[in-house]
Amino acid sequence: MTLDIFLQHLLNALQWGSFYALIALGYTMVYGVLLLINFAHGDIFMVGAYVGLFIATFLLGQYALRLPFTLPSWAVLALTIVGSMILTAGLGVFIERVAYRPLRDRGASRLYVVISALMVGILLEYLNLAAFGAADRGFPQLIRKQIYTVGGVSFTNVKIIVIGLAILVMIGLQLIVRHTKVGMAMRATSFDKVAVPLMGISTNRIITASFTLGSSLAALAGIMFGTAYEVISFDMGIFVGWKAFICAVVGGIGDIRGAMVGGFILGFIEIFVVALGQFSGFEWLSSTYRDLVAFSILLVFLTFRPTGIFGVARRQKV
Amino acid sequence: MPLLQISGLTHFFGGLRAVHGFDLKLEEGELVGLIGPNGAGKTTIFNLVCGVYKPTQGEILFNGTNLVGCRPHQVTARGIGRTFQNIRLWDQLTVLDNVRIARHSKLRYGVADSVLRTKRCQREEEDIERRAMELLDIFGVASHAQELSKNLSYGEQRRVEMARALAVEPRLLLLDEPAAGMNPGEIDQLLELVPFLRKQFSLTVWIIEHQMQVIMGICERIQVIDFGEPIAAGTPIEIQANPRVIEAYLGKEVA
Amino acid sequence: MRRHSLPLIVVGLFVLTIGGSWLGILDAYVQLVLFYVGINIILTVSLNLVNGYMGEFSCGHAGFMAVGAYVSGILTVWLFAEDSVFGLPILPIGWAIPLFPIILIIGSIAAALVGLLIAIPSFRTRGDYLAIISLAVNYIVVSAITNMEVIGGSRGFVGMKRVMNAMGDVFDAPWLLIWTFVGIIATILIIHNFVSSTLGKGVEAIREDEIAAEIMGVNTRRTKVMTFMLSCGLAGLAGGMFAHWPGGYINPLMFFILRSTEVMVMVYLGGMGSISGSIISAILFTVLLEWLRPLGVFKWVVIPLLFIVMMLYRPQGIMGSSELTDVLPRLQTLLRADKEVKDNAPASD
Repeated sequence: MTLDIFLQHLLNALQWGSFYALIALGYTMVYGVLLLINFAHGDIFMVGAYVGLFIATFLLGQYALRLPFTLPSWAVLALTIVGSMILTAGLGVFIERVAYRPLRDRGASRLYVVISALMVGILLEYLNLAAFGAADRGFPQLIRKQIYTVGGVSFTNVKIIVIGLAILVMIGLQLIVRHTKVGMAMRATSFDKVAVPLMGISTNRIITASFTLGSSLAALAGIMFGTAYEVISFDMGIFVGWKAFICAVVGGIGDIRGAMVGGFILGFIEIFVVALGQFSGFEWLSSTYRDLVAFSILLVFLTFRPTGIFGVARRQKV
Repeated sequence: MPLLQISGLTHFFGGLRAVHGFDLKLEEGELVGLIGPNGAGKTTIFNLVCGVYKPTQGEILFNGTNLVGCRPHQVTARGIGRTFQNIRLWDQLTVLDNVRIARHSKLRYGVADSVLRTKRCQREEEDIERRAMELLDIFGVASHAQELSKNLSYGEQRRVEMARALAVEPRLLLLDEPAAGMNPGEIDQLLELVPFLRKQFSLTVWIIEHQMQVIMGICERIQVIDFGEPIAAGTPIEIQANPRVIEAYLGKEVA
Repeated sequence: MRRHSLPLIVVGLFVLTIGGSWLGILDAYVQLVLFYVGINIILTVSLNLVNGYMGEFSCGHAGFMAVGAYVSGILTVWLFAEDSVFGLPILPIGWAIPLFPIILIIGSIAAALVGLLIAIPSFRTRGDYLAIISLAVNYIVVSAITNMEVIGGSRGFVGMKRVMNAMGDVFDAPWLLIWTFVGIIATILIIHNFVSSTLGKGVEAIREDEIAAEIMGVNTRRTKVMTFMLSCGLAGLAGGMFAHWPGGYINPLMFFILRSTEVMVMVYLGGMGSISGSIISAILFTVLLEWLRPLGVFKWVVIPLLFIVMMLYRPQGIMGSSELTDVLPRLQTLLRADKEVKDNAPASD
């Protein structure tokens, strides 16, 4: 493989991994705070994409209801992202209030809340399917794609934006978690949920904060996904979402750096497995094998390091 | 040969030294106590003997065989039974089931027998149930056999836990603060019960306790630890008068 | 009379369902629904063993079903059918009837072995790792089968129906339903015997307090692995039977996460740790799915909503952790007449 082809794949892997990372962050934050695997999160990603689609389409004047002025596309993009993030975060918080909190308040075992999460996910998928049909939807292109070529490597500005956003998000989250009160409260909650309210901090507020952050990041990922790949579908949450969950685990669930690292690792594995299939002797490694190989590698990794890369084994007092 | 011989037992939890240089020679039939302030490491020592943790350093010989590296169920199979500081019964299971399950280390039938309900399995189950009921009877809780263990009173739960510990047919019984939460009447019963059990089941007993009444009342000799280190050993009378022990519990006298 | 109550009930059910099918009283659609109910009972009871009794969280049950389905289906076609992949049948069709249960058992064993592969790494640590690993395995199994073009890949594998029809030609009977019935009885007996024995009680002890269980002499690692294998094997049994359904084909997507989710829903609906709860919820859920079929896509909008509502108002499921015999004591006297009720024989029968 020549260097420029390698770099090409590298960029693809970074972009692909960025989506996993952004979604994995949502899983990891909720798990860190609630010890809950929020199986609906992948579908929140899907909802974010669709909400973005509708906001953008509306703002672009493509619906019957037209705005009395046209907006420049950067404004449309900004409004779409912000609008979708807010609405999707609202959905995430709503779900938490209605489907998870009552169970937690009742002291139901975590297993029940997880099942509830599964159900919410299915509900979202099929509501979408019922409302909009099974056909994939084209996502409005809000960023005029420009292709740059450096050396032998060509990439679009979208790719750079996606990767850049992911890195910015990670830096931003690390700052929030380490330097703000909310962030510290989140970390404290993941260590000892009982002590936190005794210190005068409302755990419900923290949980709401986690869901808000996680859901809005998933929405961002959804919009960028639509922009990058131009198509969204009702089941994008299933395929991308569940895998992102495994990324969070491999990185060490509960740890923000872990979600990022895990996301990029899976991105790399998937892209390079397919890339390898272009070499002689490896033709059998077609793209259909991508999932198989990726999951097998992750499984083997988890066998040897079950707590993930950054995870810490929770010690039980005997 | 002593039944239990511990030499140089040392254990670190990460950077925290929980136990340091603990030794013990426990002869068969003895009734020995382990005391020390809260957090001294007493339960940790029990956990190390039971195989819950693998000691950082040190030797634990039970009946001549090395226990270090054994998993807890293997240690139990060799003949060590135990109760816990905070009762650890299986709440959603019946009292009878709690005691039956302790027979696992003695089970001779396998999954196939269990699934097919072979004669072998049935015979062993009858035996298990009989033994379990006998034990529950000794502890006066046989009438609660079919109740969920979480529904029993605290004192009754403690007795079920002891019945369970005896169901493993131990040679050595480890009691972790058996008198915790007991009222004086119950403590009096305990003072009679433990020596009785020792005689009845040919046990060697090692007790962790805080209640001086119990320690002084039934222990033949006592070891004291503080911050993980042994600081004194001797008969109850000797220990009571030992200044280091007093200091550990009450602190240094301000001049 | 009382002594034989339970076998009588079983025989009665057999006559009703199998006899009814044979005589054509129950039409093909009803037979199909009965078949689905049967498959779901086996799947639910077997998953309950791990998720309910053992308190773990396995989310890939359909993956083991897939292993059983493909192994059994392939064996059937290889042995008894003329097929583009395997060529001519190896054995005459007359052998299919006695060999069918053996084929199903081989499928189960294959599924149990895959379960063993997973159990060993998963049970090294407690917590939600089984959830993650079982999820990944479900993906891997489906993905692996999709990639095996030789057995049809994503298009699916066919041929089982020809064999079932040929079996019907040899001796006219609703063979699939018969074996499903036998499978259900076997599953219930196996699981019930296991969980009521002291060995099986260890599983619940692990759920309640694993460390205490280990200290009290339960070999937790081995128990967890054995229990998981048993559960997976039975899922493989259900899969093997499913492969021979009247539709005649199986493809990997039938065993994907949604299928696993359905089984999980049935387990929690029925109540974790209750065999009768699993049976009841399997029946109810299967019937509900069929009843809601005309809703098409809205089926899967209604079901999660119902489920979420149920979670909020009765989170322990239909039976919680009690069995039917706990809730209806007279049923207990009916079923256990010979042994345990000797001393308090009720006044009336």
